[in-house]
Amino acid sequence: MTVAEAIPPVPILELAGLHKSFGSLKVLDGIDLAVRPRELVFVIGPSGSGKSTLLRCCNRLEEPDSGAVIVDGADIMRPGTDLNAVRQKIGMVFQSFNLYPHMTALGNVTLALCKVQGLDREAAELRGRAALAQVGLSDKEASYPNALSGGQQQRVGIARALALGPKIVLFDEPTSALDPELVGSVLAVMRELKAAGMTMVVVSHELAFARAAADRVVFMEGGRIVEQGPPAAIFGNPREARTQAFVSRLSQGHG
Amino acid sequence: MDNGLERLVFAFFNAEIAAEWAPKILEGVWVTILVSLAVVATGLALGLALAALRAYRFRAVNAAIVAFVDILRALPPLVVIIILFFAFPYLDLPMSAFTATWLSLSLVLAAFAEEIWWAGILAVPRGQWEAARSTGLGFGATLGYVVLPQAVRMTVPPLVNRVIAVTKGTALGSVVALSEIVSQASSAASLAGNPTPLTLGAAAYLAIFVPVVVLGRWIETRFAWKR
Ligand SMILES: Nc1ncnc2c1ncn2[C@@H]1O[C@H](COP(=O)(O)OP(=O)(O)O)[C@@H](O)[C@H]1O
Ligand SMILES: [Mg+2]
Repeated sequence: MTVAEAIPPVPILELAGLHKSFGSLKVLDGIDLAVRPRELVFVIGPSGSGKSTLLRCCNRLEEPDSGAVIVDGADIMRPGTDLNAVRQKIGMVFQSFNLYPHMTALGNVTLALCKVQGLDREAAELRGRAALAQVGLSDKEASYPNALSGGQQQRVGIARALALGPKIVLFDEPTSALDPELVGSVLAVMRELKAAGMTMVVVSHELAFARAAADRVVFMEGGRIVEQGPPAAIFGNPREARTQAFVSRLSQGHG
Repeated sequence: MDNGLERLVFAFFNAEIAAEWAPKILEGVWVTILVSLAVVATGLALGLALAALRAYRFRAVNAAIVAFVDILRALPPLVVIIILFFAFPYLDLPMSAFTATWLSLSLVLAAFAEEIWWAGILAVPRGQWEAARSTGLGFGATLGYVVLPQAVRMTVPPLVNRVIAVTKGTALGSVVALSEIVSQASSAASLAGNPTPLTLGAAAYLAIFVPVVVLGRWIETRFAWKR
């Protein structure tokens, strides 16, 4: 073992003792999770288990009740944290795309570059075009969202996150709203992103993608992490009966 | 029957009288157009500002906005004009007929526009806010660049209707002797002893507001877009 391998890399994202309730409903009940550079962490769990809330706490779109959220070495729960600066390091991709319908694909991608990073229009469009090229949509920069297929819209959503140069990208069921024939194009972009070394947390039901691309699979239930490990272990030989039950239900449902 | 028709034409479509009083009506047309433009500009700007302010959800501010909106939606515009015109001089604030009409109708339009735009802001999906905030846009930037443009477009049809309804209310200025179309036409009619100037006034309204209605419909189709 070399020295470099012996020193564990500093996580890009670390959650410690994360709690979140909505009224009396405990949605996150003590989550500890560290995501290392270049790692793809794949999160599965039944509906309502807190997966979306977990992702939304990572950039404080949702305010955790307690716990630490450490992004790139800094605890972003600390008072005085510049959240708008932190959020640019954390790309977010949504199930329903959430593209701005009144802007072109390029407009969607460049808005934050102009208004947050303060680039002039020319520089922003240069970066925006590069991001659209990365998701294979160079020819669609002038299209409005309603003229794009779901798969194309989601790829614009990914480009919007990538354009800001994030350290990590969070995906919340990025293909769940897509027709089956459009899922592949989005997963292909995500696979390329992984190959290029992006750090990613992916909430999804696409088990085939997890087997091929995930470094680690996390199974959540009732606001807790029940079990985690390499995809082969979680899908092939889970320790917990609950994991096994969920995985077998999932693989039946999705062939 | 023939006799009746002749009398009607003489009374309402009298060419001689029309030619004589047309200049006076035309003066009224300019006043009506001027007040209308001022009302639309002021009312919409104020309405948008209030709706945007309301989005910040400061409790006391929002209570004040809601009170303002409810009161001005409840009062007949005519009453607002009369109150401003007759009450302000007591405060040593001179108030011309033009100012009273412009200010009253602007406040009324602002109240309705605020309500319409606020509904539009609420109708923008939460995901739009989340997407924008997740890229580091602040609250104000999200409101300004992402939410308001969508809210404004969604609400074009009800807003166009309201703009037309309120600007037609410039006729109410005749009550405080604003020399707009109705007041010019009715004084001309009594001076001439013939109602033809009223016909001219009606024609003037059609000439002004039919294009506005058509423009409104064009804006509605122009801004209707599929989500
Ligand atoms: N803003 C909210 N207010 C109240 N309850 C919420 C809110 N967001 C999520 N929940 C509830 O929290 C639970 C977990 O939701 P979520 O994190 O979306 O789960 P998942 O993404 O795993 O399906 C659900 O029961 C959901 O109804
Ligand atoms: Mg979810």
